[in-house]
Amino acid sequence: MPDNSAIAHGEPEPAHQEHPPYLRHHFESAEQQADAAGFAMWVFLIQEVMFFGGLFTAYLIYRNWYYPAFVAGSHQLNVYWGTLNTLVLIVSSFTMAMGVWCAQTRRRGGLVLCLTLTFLLGLGFLGIKTIEYREKIEKHHVPGFHYSLQSFVDPQSDSEVHEWYPDDKPLSPDMARHTELYFSLYFLMTGMHALHMIVGIGILAFMILRARAGAYTSGHATYVLNFGLYWHFIDIVWIYLFALLYLISRHA
Amino acid sequence: MSDTIVSLPDQSTARIPKVNYLTKENGILSWLLTGDHKRIAILYLISLSFFFFIGGALAGLIRLELLTPQADLMATDTYNKVFTMHGVIMIFFFLVPSVPATLGNFLIPMMIGAKDLALPKINLLSWYLYMAGGILAIYTMATGGVDTGWTFTTPLSTHYVNTNVVTTGLAAFIAGFSSILTGLNFIVTIHKMRAPGLTWFRLPLFVWAHYAASLLMVLATPVVAISMVLIILERTTGIGIFDPTKGGDPLLFQHLFWFYSHPAVYIMILPGMGVISETISTFSRKRVFGYTAVAFSSVAIAIFGFFVWAHHMFIMGISNYAVLVFSLLTMLVAVPSAIKIFNWTFTLYKGSITFETPMLYTFGFMGLFTIGGLTGVFLGTSGTDIHLTETYFIVAHFHFVMVGGMLMAFLAGIHFWWPKMTGRMYPEKISQLAAVVTFIGFVFTFFPQFILGVLGMPRRYASYPPEFQVLNVFSTAGATILGVGYLLPVLYLVWSLKYGAIAGDNPWQATGLEWQTQSPPLTENFAVMPVMDHEAYDYEWLEAQKQKRQKEVTSAG
Amino acid sequence: MSGHNQLAHHIVGPRVYVVILFALLLGTGLTVWASFVDLGVWNPVIALAIATTKAVLVVLYFMHVRYSSKLTMLTVGAGIFMFLTLISLTLADYISRAWGNW
Repeated sequence: MPDNSAIAHGEPEPAHQEHPPYLRHHFESAEQQADAAGFAMWVFLIQEVMFFGGLFTAYLIYRNWYYPAFVAGSHQLNVYWGTLNTLVLIVSSFTMAMGVWCAQTRRRGGLVLCLTLTFLLGLGFLGIKTIEYREKIEKHHVPGFHYSLQSFVDPQSDSEVHEWYPDDKPLSPDMARHTELYFSLYFLMTGMHALHMIVGIGILAFMILRARAGAYTSGHATYVLNFGLYWHFIDIVWIYLFALLYLISRHA
Repeated sequence: MSDTIVSLPDQSTARIPKVNYLTKENGILSWLLTGDHKRIAILYLISLSFFFFIGGALAGLIRLELLTPQADLMATDTYNKVFTMHGVIMIFFFLVPSVPATLGNFLIPMMIGAKDLALPKINLLSWYLYMAGGILAIYTMATGGVDTGWTFTTPLSTHYVNTNVVTTGLAAFIAGFSSILTGLNFIVTIHKMRAPGLTWFRLPLFVWAHYAASLLMVLATPVVAISMVLIILERTTGIGIFDPTKGGDPLLFQHLFWFYSHPAVYIMILPGMGVISETISTFSRKRVFGYTAVAFSSVAIAIFGFFVWAHHMFIMGISNYAVLVFSLLTMLVAVPSAIKIFNWTFTLYKGSITFETPMLYTFGFMGLFTIGGLTGVFLGTSGTDIHLTETYFIVAHFHFVMVGGMLMAFLAGIHFWWPKMTGRMYPEKISQLAAVVTFIGFVFTFFPQFILGVLGMPRRYASYPPEFQVLNVFSTAGATILGVGYLLPVLYLVWSLKYGAIAGDNPWQATGLEWQTQSPPLTENFAVMPVMDHEAYDYEWLEAQKQKRQKEVTSAG
Repeated sequence: MSGHNQLAHHIVGPRVYVVILFALLLGTGLTVWASFVDLGVWNPVIALAIATTKAVLVVLYFMHVRYSSKLTMLTVGAGIFMFLTLISLTLADYISRAWGNW
């Protein structure tokens, strides 16, 4: 039975034990610290799920109400860019997972390579998104900023999309107005996603520098592991966004 | 049989321990950059009290206006701003963080035998986010306020007012992240940092309550965060998501808003219930009756609390079928709360009850929360809700549970753990007086409002039919008494910091790891990691410890 | 109690990752192809099914949940459950609005 009086009063601190430099003092062991950090990242991720959840709810409701408008809106998105972006993110998830393996097996060079590839792929994703967004801006499909119904009430006026979908009928002005809701959700969801990507890319840049100094390949790969969880989460969000925003009925 | 369990050390020789978390480091930076959960708790306590009094002053203005049937004290627009800011500040900047950020932060690591929370820097970030949100809220008030009601109902808030909705929404968003991070910290800490031997079912019920509240904080708050983002974007760019002219649905905002705001009320009350479990056990010298039931009911409240949000929307235009579903689910959520009240009552039965200040607040809680909770059932049944909603019945209901319940529990907790946090005891007689004054003031303020609600007086109106004036005057008179009741603790608690009796380790003879260490505690809480080998609320163990210490003292001589 | 570090004993190797990568790439191709085929009401169902399969693969293997503690699985489950609750109970209102007043 422990002597609880030893707990009570200001006794001199025990001799400073040998411990790894990254072990924070409030943890009893490096294992407890890594365990807690990993769990904390998971709790953070489920919180992110709920954050995006509100947008997915809005999407489901409005797609149900205004299906023709959503189809027409989706046809305005370039499926090549969307698919390429999906592939880019999937490969970046792969390189991130490989980075985790490198950190765990203490391959410093490999880790730097994998993190750099992930970083570049992330930038590539954002680059493609910029191209897509610019297209939307040029065609006045940004809600609230001189939004134009032209492409929807008169599909033939929009030659590039009309080529892809020659059988698209013009929407009534009322339904055409609801395409603005589609684009609101498009920008909200992909924008929120892109914001998370930007944060991730920023952290990656920091991690590459630290990885080069060997910070993660000397037995303490927790940072890489947990960042990997975040990166994969962003990938999963995009997998759903791609299916929901880009792939609504592209058939004739 | 003594009428108090307080046992203070000999005042002529007792001293505050020289080395403790308050004296460990000095200077403003050691506070502003601290990782110590106890210092962060004190930072929160000071800032929370500040916001509470701002919210309270706004309440005073409301009651002053309602002394007369006409809207004669201020313009109706101004009145709208006053009650909105009262709600925003009290909910987001006082009630939601109150017990978790002060008592939870201070006590949870100590109660589980840890040196700190799992993520001390995140804890500090939580406080800074809270302050940022709070300062933004004050800025909002200073630059014209917002008048939509704290519920930001669309399309009023998005299309029909030109007050500071954006900044208030942003303030609530930032405060929301403060709350999420606190909840995250608690969940990780409770799962991963319990002392050896401290199984889940040996945890104090205070910890269980905070765990359940943290689940809500983490899973519900992000949804109100996104709803605030959407309001801000709708106002600034016209995306149309809540705009009927563009095909949007204003009710969607309410679904997202109440998805959080209903669990929010459980975020507010659960930690208070945790405090009550501790005080009711200590002041009846008995284990909490049905520990397992109380523990599980905390989690049940958290889970069921997620399924009932649309009972705030019965008259807003949701389908009748949804009304039916949510009304039935609401009946379900009342059950775990009732289980707690029953169990606390059975704890009292055959206990050795004493009436120190925390116990007075506890009794206040039991009575007032029960009334508040029962009136919630009237509101949950959709038939009666149609008549009672948006009247003063609702106002009375939520003030009974939040002020009569939560705030009383907060005060109980502050008084109960004050000796632990500061090493000093507050003066007993005046604190008991304050508790009684608060109770009387509360009943006079809010009970008439139930009657007003049933009679049909609507809420959020600066003017009312003259036949309601008598009850309103009662209510305002009560509010004055209530104000005195809240002011007194500030005065004597601050006084006690310098002149209060030295409390010693365990003035209440309570169980719990936090009482087995010095007051105020060391920065690292425990010099040696405690090992837990007894159940929670084990008064026999405590007695055995005391005997052991007596024997050591006598045998040494 | 710390339990064991979820990843200390399970270092997932490159082979698993490569297999999952190809599965994900395949899934992407499949879902794009399926969107160009008229399957009536099944289009969105298939799209979501493929997306969910991909998500599950990422969660289990890239995010190591397959090799993780029960607590991690419970946490993931809680997040998904809450997400589904938000959507389904909200949709319960929207779906039933058209059913008229009893």
